[in-house]
Amino acid sequence: MKLDVILRIGVKLILPFLLLFAFYVHFHGEYGPGGGFQAGVMSAAMVILYGLIFGIDAAKRVVPQRFVELLIPIGVLLYVAAGIPAFFEGHRFLDYGVLSDDAVQGRVLGVLIIETGVLITVAGAMTAIFYAFAERGRG
Amino acid sequence: MEAFVNAVLLTLLAVVTVAVIRQRSMFGVVILAGIYSFLMASVMVALDAVDVAMTEASVGAGISTIVFLATLHLTNTRENPRPRNVMLPLFVSGVVGAALIWGTFTLPPFGIADAPIHMHTVPHYLQQSIRETGVPNVVTAVLADYRSFDTLGEVTVIFTGGIGVMLLLKGRRRRQDRNGGISGT
Repeated sequence: MKLDVILRIGVKLILPFLLLFAFYVHFHGEYGPGGGFQAGVMSAAMVILYGLIFGIDAAKRVVPQRFVELLIPIGVLLYVAAGIPAFFEGHRFLDYGVLSDDAVQGRVLGVLIIETGVLITVAGAMTAIFYAFAERGRG
Repeated sequence: MEAFVNAVLLTLLAVVTVAVIRQRSMFGVVILAGIYSFLMASVMVALDAVDVAMTEASVGAGISTIVFLATLHLTNTRENPRPRNVMLPLFVSGVVGAALIWGTFTLPPFGIADAPIHMHTVPHYLQQSIRETGVPNVVTAVLADYRSFDTLGEVTVIFTGGIGVMLLLKGRRRRQDRNGGISGT
């Protein structure tokens, strides 16, 4: 356990930048490449990297398994919720124009909301799959 | 220059594919599959499909490799002996490969601007998307706004996949030794 000091310190240095980059990819998805999906994968990769180096129990203390499993349906529900308000204004499902007085502003807001939904579901699903495999591996 | 880069990348892809087929250790196969994904991501960058390249690098080379390694931890790391009769698999892959190559003959030339797929809704997206949606990146505008229903389907697929894996792996543990599996220690 003493020999992996470089890995431990290196991972500790990388993790905050990984999370920052994930958020950059998420919020910058409207301007550059990337979006909720890629940001979700990066957030999950951060937890997985932490779990690989510091052990699965340490990772579960930071990001509890129950919380991760809850994220999976929450993201889908958030996505669907962004589409519901259109019904009350007589528009079609997922027509985000109604989310704001200005139709274009509403669509920008809608894109951000559904990308956040994608991020939450992807990050939750990837981390939950990793936890499930790691738990099973202990047999 | 671009043709040279593409030629190098595609040659490396072929080399990695042959190496995957010849590799007997599953650990080596997983690592080679990760290399394949990174090469594929580079091909996507060369094709200016940066979004796809990002996904391929993070999911194909990152998460998939981890999940495959975790699977190897649960199962066996050696491939079962090769089946004796290789004629049928060879025939099937030969016919499918020939059919795919035959299918490319009727495709429009690669990268041509007036291909049918670029004539239908693409001009509208390219010219109107920023005015209509306020999102400068056309890829995001199409995925998250014009084709939002498709993306909802994709999120549902990920939701189903996550739930499915959890149901398979987190169920009640039965202490039976599967064929070639690890005996719980």
